[in-house]
Amino acid sequence: MIVSVASGKGGTGKTSVAVNMALSVGNVQFLDCDVEEPNAYLLLHPKMHKREPVTTLVPSINEKLCDHCGECSKFCQYNALFTSPEKVLVFPELCHSCGGCAMVCPKNAISWKQNRIGVLNFGSLRDLALVYGELEVGEPMAVPVIKAVKKQMRKGKNVILDSPPGASCPFVETVRGSDFCVLVTEPTPFGLHDLKIAVQVLKIMAVPFGVVVNRAGLGDRKVYDYCKTEGIRVMMEIPYQRKIAELYSRGIPFTIEMPEWTTKFHELYDEIKEAAGK
Amino acid sequence: MKQLTVLSGKGGTGKTTLTAALAVLAKNAVVADCDVDAPDLHLLLHPEVIEMQQFKGSKVAVINEDQCVKCGMCKEKCAFDAITSDLKVDAIACEGCGVCAIVCPANAVTLAERISGSAYISKTKYGFMSHAMLHPGEANSGKLVTLVRQNAKILAEKENSDLIIIDGSPGIGCPVIASITGVDAGLVVTEPTLSGIHDLERVLRLLEHFHVAPFVCVNMYDINRDNAEKILRFCGENGVEVVGQIPFSPKVTEAMVNGKSIMEYSPKGAVAKEIENVWQTLCSSALRK
Repeated sequence: MIVSVASGKGGTGKTSVAVNMALSVGNVQFLDCDVEEPNAYLLLHPKMHKREPVTTLVPSINEKLCDHCGECSKFCQYNALFTSPEKVLVFPELCHSCGGCAMVCPKNAISWKQNRIGVLNFGSLRDLALVYGELEVGEPMAVPVIKAVKKQMRKGKNVILDSPPGASCPFVETVRGSDFCVLVTEPTPFGLHDLKIAVQVLKIMAVPFGVVVNRAGLGDRKVYDYCKTEGIRVMMEIPYQRKIAELYSRGIPFTIEMPEWTTKFHELYDEIKEAAGK
Repeated sequence: MKQLTVLSGKGGTGKTTLTAALAVLAKNAVVADCDVDAPDLHLLLHPEVIEMQQFKGSKVAVINEDQCVKCGMCKEKCAFDAITSDLKVDAIACEGCGVCAIVCPANAVTLAERISGSAYISKTKYGFMSHAMLHPGEANSGKLVTLVRQNAKILAEKENSDLIIIDGSPGIGCPVIASITGVDAGLVVTEPTLSGIHDLERVLRLLEHFHVAPFVCVNMYDINRDNAEKILRFCGENGVEVVGQIPFSPKVTEAMVNGKSIMEYSPKGAVAKEIENVWQTLCSSALRK
């Protein structure tokens, strides 16, 4: 089963829920897809085994063949190519690697070269396997790194994906293909507003989902009212407790010091399984 | 005119809370909410929309079923897995590159303009605001951020405003880069957690990469004083000015529930006092004319 943990609003406790669930259930592969700011390893303290570069393919112009006709830059929807009378300039950070420029080039002057934009990190902790991606600082495109992380997914294994915040491409890429998505929110106006956005996206994508309310007791009841009206399951509530916040600040998953929560995460996982029809 | 971007790397550290408070303190600043896929600033500033424009950020492939010969070339050549097995376009996956249109032997594919969101110009109690909303599942948030910033700039010039305060999104990717290029200062809001520190380091490197002057504000510093100390030391060693340390207070959430900035909701509280210090410090350093 593939379960992603996402949120819309940042800092609601995605990583905390994903990590505590993974540790409670055991024998899972954990994919940290928040490649802009990967944090799961700071809570898991895994043994790291290896690193691998993540590259994309970007066009390389053979100036000997190019006659500066401008077809490539005319085709490119992302302005990644600019043709001047003397030279074609390539902006790799704008390129989406669609391959179109090489197809339209009448002189066959375009080939491909690797462009490094991030790193994959592989680690483990007992029966938990961790892969996390890291976008290189200054690189704009997170999606190819997320795709690279997801390529490491082991078939037939239980997989937990930690999603980046927001509701646009990085989130969409992470949750695509999930059997279930857990949306972690907090009972505040910001939490609710961003939850609604994430729900709209998941409905379009037809990914089944449920809600975990973190920092319950804080804020107001509107998240609960919304979930009730929309028929969305509130699957778990994690109370607002200073102890949980402090443990998090020190990089300690709270199930380790509050073992009664292990059972609750087990129950959450069972409920997800049932809801996903697995 | 000066431009200040509030950013964080890690989500939920208090960017929007701080931006709203600074908007209250700065007289006549234009505020730009550049967290376009999960904007929240309007929940505190209650903008009244004056002008709305559609955002056309990209294109999407459209297959003409009558012309399609079901050869599957489009599916084979698509780099984004955006053509389904029954040869339909998956609009969420499609990045509008146009490869399918050039490989189609039957000329059945065209590219259509796609409306990916809306941009707004609004008025609030504290001045003008430029903001936007990306439609669910749409891409190109970086381009929309650029549009929001352009609108803010036009507003600032028209209104003779000397400051634009930009509320950024979490992370370090395209929307964040679009919200910091060419600004005068980046104010990083962080929290004293291991993740907060980790993300702060990456965001500071991002500011350095784009030659933006960095400033740091530690939010909820008393959640873990040891970590707050570590942040101060780290900033000291790297020559980054720390402009304030805001204590944790349940008043911040209460203010949010009441749809108010902390400066309005609890103007005499410890949080408001420290944010006033932050503002004074910024005025004498980052925003000095």
